[in-house]
Amino acid sequence: MEETNMDDCEHNRESEVAPALIAVHPTQKSVAVAVGSNLRIYNLQEGCSVSLTDDSGAHMHKDSIRAIRYGAEGKLFVSSGDDKLVKIWVTDSWRCISSVSSEKRVTAVAISNDGRFVSFADKFGVIYAVEIEAFHENQSLPNKKAIPILAHYCSIITSLEFSPDGRYIISADRDFKIRVSVFPEKPSDGAHEIQSFCLGHTEFVTCIAFICSKDSQQWYLLSGGGDSTVRLWDFTCGSLLDTCHVGPETGLLQPEERIDDNLLAVTDISATPDGSLIAVAIQSLAGVMLLSCDISARSLHVARVVPIPGETFIPTSIAATSSSNQLWMVMGASTLCASDSAPLARVKILNGFCDSKEQETCIFEDKDIPGGELLLQTLQGSSFIEKDALSTAAEAVKTAMCNLLIKKQYPSENREFRKRGRNDKKVNKKK
Amino acid sequence: MGENPTHNKKTGLPRKRFYRARAHSNPLSDSHFPIPISPAEVDYSLHYPEMVKADGSKKIQFADVGCGFGGLLISLASLFPDTLMVGMELRDKVTEYVKERILGLRTTNPGQYQNISVVRTNSMKYIPNYFRKGQLQKMFFLFPDPHFKEKNHRRRVISPFLLDEYAYVLAVGGIIYTITDVEELGEWMKSCLEEHPMFEALTTEELEADQVVKLLSCATEEGQKVARNDGQTFRAVYRRIATC
Repeated sequence: MEETNMDDCEHNRESEVAPALIAVHPTQKSVAVAVGSNLRIYNLQEGCSVSLTDDSGAHMHKDSIRAIRYGAEGKLFVSSGDDKLVKIWVTDSWRCISSVSSEKRVTAVAISNDGRFVSFADKFGVIYAVEIEAFHENQSLPNKKAIPILAHYCSIITSLEFSPDGRYIISADRDFKIRVSVFPEKPSDGAHEIQSFCLGHTEFVTCIAFICSKDSQQWYLLSGGGDSTVRLWDFTCGSLLDTCHVGPETGLLQPEERIDDNLLAVTDISATPDGSLIAVAIQSLAGVMLLSCDISARSLHVARVVPIPGETFIPTSIAATSSSNQLWMVMGASTLCASDSAPLARVKILNGFCDSKEQETCIFEDKDIPGGELLLQTLQGSSFIEKDALSTAAEAVKTAMCNLLIKKQYPSENREFRKRGRNDKKVNKKK
Repeated sequence: MGENPTHNKKTGLPRKRFYRARAHSNPLSDSHFPIPISPAEVDYSLHYPEMVKADGSKKIQFADVGCGFGGLLISLASLFPDTLMVGMELRDKVTEYVKERILGLRTTNPGQYQNISVVRTNSMKYIPNYFRKGQLQKMFFLFPDPHFKEKNHRRRVISPFLLDEYAYVLAVGGIIYTITDVEELGEWMKSCLEEHPMFEALTTEELEADQVVKLLSCATEEGQKVARNDGQTFRAVYRRIATC
């Protein structure tokens, strides 16, 4: 019995490890990296690191950041996570204009395309909306209360997005579901109308992204998950158009290995606007996989795997914007033990990530990265990171994700053992 | 069938005492039984061999959520012989009982009870895995677990957020029936439905004209128990309306 308790403890601590995250300003004015409770911003326009100011009365993040996001226009930035605080920043001065409290730990955030609402999801499946009024440069918003608008029944929300046309709010969860809800005129009354469910994943869903058909100007949804697939959806009716099994293409699976022991979960997706290139981050894959999507033919296939030369780099988060042809990648994890030094992360850039077919893709050397050493110093925590120093981080992130999102399986004798305290079982014993 | 010790030798029906289960089951815990990935994945010809052809063109229209020992399903089966209906139950032993009961009834009454079946599932988590948008005409929530503690209100099967999902699977004009013998829960269910923009209450005339309403309090095992003890029941019957 003591052994099982120890096990549980271990699990709990491991599931606290948070992956490093990256986000890029829509017109590439700045780039943000979150590792543990650290939020690091680099101003690409002026070539300097940004110091954050927060006079909303609350503190900086005190626990692991789980979600960061720029608004569609780039004026707002939101960060949130395990400390149950949703911080809303203005990006021209990097001041925190509001800190909204959540009852539970926050797992995903989104900003509506018109910048009027910030939405966030918690570990129990409830999704909230906060209205942002027109803000003044030197004024803080009164600390607002978030209103619950919809909920998945007690499931961890792994990803949250507003559809680019602003009509829907889309939420993905660990119970294999993607829900498309109509985003109402008055969110305070709740988002009751469900447009569709996108059902097809056979494991937890981790990430979603949009692509737009050039011919019809219609938006489509991409999703990735623990079943090691990327799927293409017509999300207004919930129909699955194509499934791409990325696991076998990584070259990491031996034919005799059982898939469930060696789950190659898709951890992040970033796509060029028309979907002709889709970057996919996969657990254990050192490098990034590129897919190509032909929406009119409803087909999604693997283009190639781009390896990262010289080191083991398994991206934990990737980000791109339509305004540039660079894909930003980060690898890292919040540290387990409380040490004095700030947690480290590694930043890499894939150049040539755009719709044009002619462009060659390449991984920038550190010296070629825009912003150079200062950028790396700011975002990584150190300009030089030893080769493979982060491989334990990648392993910890992988275990944490499995513990958090995969249902625990107990053999039947264990299950009986766990029921030993139940009253009806006790009665049986007496007999 | 006569050899089965858990079945009544005369009627061929399962005997309840071999299928006793706890009255409560935690809907929040992880489910370890198989769940269809999507409605298209369920082969209903296995559930309704005489009524559903392999093409699956005929769809389930009634769902009894938390069907318990299946009393309502069995009453409805002969009232709507051409409508497919399914009971959903979380407790495996109880589901097993209902399954055996339906099979027994089909054997002793050839040609009847072909339109009812049961699935073991957690309907609070997996409703959209079984039904498509607007597929259902009626949903029943009879004598659900009251979950008195405020901490446990989120375990109630009628709640503001779950009603969104029920509205999704119900056709416009479809009806949701709820009944309980717990006054507090009755008020809760009524206020959830009343405040939801996609439901409206049936009028007194409509309630009287609806032959199903009478079954709510007398068809189920739970309802009969309440009636035996001269208990009160509280019901709320609402229609799914179109969004404007």
